[in-house]
Amino acid sequence: MEAGQPAQRRAEGARDGARPLLSVRGLGIRFKTTQGIWQATRRIDFDIAPGERVGIVGESGCGKTITGLSILRLLPGNFAGLDGKILFDGVDLASCSARQMRAIRGKRIAMIFQEPMSALDPVFTVGHQIAETLRVHSNIGQEEARAKTLKMLRRVGIASPERRIDDYPHQLSGGMRQRVMIAASLICGPQLLIADEPTTALDVTVQAQILELLRDISETSKTALMLITHDLGVVAETCTRMITMYAGEVIEDASVDEALVRPLHPYTSGLLRSLPHLSPRHGRLPSIPGRVPSIAEMPAGCRFRARCAHATKGCEAEQKLQDAGGGRRVRCHRFAELNLPGALHPPDAPAAAKVATQ
Amino acid sequence: MTAASAEQRREPIVSVRDLQVRFQTSDRRATVKAVDGVNFDVRRGETFGIIGESGSGKTTIGRALVFLLNPSAGAILHDGIDPTALSRTEFQNHRRDYQIIFQDPNAALNPRMTILASVLEPLELARVGSRAERERQAREALERVGLPQEFGERYPHQLSGGQKQRVVIARALTLKPKLIVCDEVVAALDMSIRGDVLNLFADLQRDLGLTYVFITHDLAVVSHISERVAVMYLGQFVELGPTEEVAERPLHPYTIALLSAEPRPLPSAMRQEGRIVLQGEVPSPIDPPSGCRFRTRCPHAQPLCTERVPEWRELKSDHWVACHFADRPNFSPN
Repeated sequence: MEAGQPAQRRAEGARDGARPLLSVRGLGIRFKTTQGIWQATRRIDFDIAPGERVGIVGESGCGKTITGLSILRLLPGNFAGLDGKILFDGVDLASCSARQMRAIRGKRIAMIFQEPMSALDPVFTVGHQIAETLRVHSNIGQEEARAKTLKMLRRVGIASPERRIDDYPHQLSGGMRQRVMIAASLICGPQLLIADEPTTALDVTVQAQILELLRDISETSKTALMLITHDLGVVAETCTRMITMYAGEVIEDASVDEALVRPLHPYTSGLLRSLPHLSPRHGRLPSIPGRVPSIAEMPAGCRFRARCAHATKGCEAEQKLQDAGGGRRVRCHRFAELNLPGALHPPDAPAAAKVATQ
Repeated sequence: MTAASAEQRREPIVSVRDLQVRFQTSDRRATVKAVDGVNFDVRRGETFGIIGESGSGKTTIGRALVFLLNPSAGAILHDGIDPTALSRTEFQNHRRDYQIIFQDPNAALNPRMTILASVLEPLELARVGSRAERERQAREALERVGLPQEFGERYPHQLSGGQKQRVVIARALTLKPKLIVCDEVVAALDMSIRGDVLNLFADLQRDLGLTYVFITHDLAVVSHISERVAVMYLGQFVELGPTEEVAERPLHPYTIALLSAEPRPLPSAMRQEGRIVLQGEVPSPIDPPSGCRFRTRCPHAQPLCTERVPEWRELKSDHWVACHFADRPNFSPN
């Protein structure tokens, strides 16, 4: 359960003196295609501290899902190679053997996906599938495994777990299936839970239940959460830090509050401004012109510059993910001179100022 | 029901009265009441939003509005006319005025047809003008949705999701409809594209005087685009009113819970604490709860809610609700 690893190796890039649980450095992933090798992501750098909840945000194709899968080394068949390091508790997962990875997957790092039905086996009861994870990773009898499974089902909010434990996945609703997936992922007490769009397939009232469960579990059992999503609202409600990705790169890394109120990258700002708001505001939505460049035709320099209203000379140069002070990082050379609007542009400007000064 | 005075002044483009749509389950042992007694009018030139979770019946209403499926009971009037009473040819001509657009543009476009051919198809089926005239109109429609000329010769796979949805919109526009039902039309699009497509809908409405019925599960989208919004739960409307009223002064406990559940991209200091998290999930529409259908998940349910179906009543001007206790002040989150 607890992180009992000897802190023998100093993880690189630890912030605030605390050693991060996960430290990704220079991660790049390549795929084979009929048109040659494609670089799907590159230069991915970020840390996740023990118990921290971090949102990885971006639009489809930005590389957020691949980054999550690469941590567990669950890459698709056309995977062609990986650069960089994935330090988890001091061990580089990128160079672990398949056997070492099997011991880590499900036990120390677990993952849940958008569609629980495709992750659960329809021919086994949910109790069997949860207990299986436990029995693979520990020397435990059937009785004890069942007892632990029951306890975990209760923990994730399944009503009358004694009855549900022998149900098959098709007998459960979508929300309950996702709860079962969460139970299976947490049964071995992982230090890191990677959740890839865990609520995208769920209704908004059920989504609220699942997000509350994830937050609560992370807080009480000190499980770090890496939440991959396209939904900025979900990140705001669940996470404390937000890493924004664009075209295969990390472009901003900041606390959720800072990123929402004062984004430093024009893309983060553009995304926040383009969201329709709940309070009626019948005007035109500001939008980001153009589209994400395809992997085959990535421009040199800043990958966002063709769509950026603030592009100038200097944007053709390679952009570094630079320190912006206060633990923030941004991949834009103009960040200090731009004063970009965030989620609270015009309607609540005084409130935005209030939050920013806190 | 008595119509509001404002409603009487503008003749509705669509009137829905006691609409019911029922389906047999595949084993034919049970009936699903997908839509069960819904009343509303759509006013000319407005955007009428319908929100609801999966299984609420919102998509079924959308399909019924354009007669892709027929009501099991009740009536839908287009401009005061009952389309089911028209002859076959009259009906074919009539339905051009009432179009529908779906969520997934990939499913709507034939991958083996060029974009221009797809947009031409409805004009050809309707035998509009000469070939040259049809092509002119199709190209005009593509231009109107902001796609450059050369896109006509491309195939769907060469376009992005947002561009494909524009093609689908262009195709619906070719027959110059009066009303378009938009069923989750931006749900499959990426965030940065969504705003663009919503802006396009607003532009087309302004330029062409279109009426929209906007069906979505996304509260932010519906409140951005609609003048009025209806909230659906288990085949029925629970609330209907001006969007601003419904979003800021909701009357029904389900609406209040929905608004509270919506994750908002706001910093922690601005999010309200103590959100209402509803227990459980939507019951089956095969066997809905007696009385008020929301009572099994309602934090305020009373014995009366089991016994009696709440009346659909106009509690405030133009603001309708179906809840026995909606006029009790302690309901409101404000």
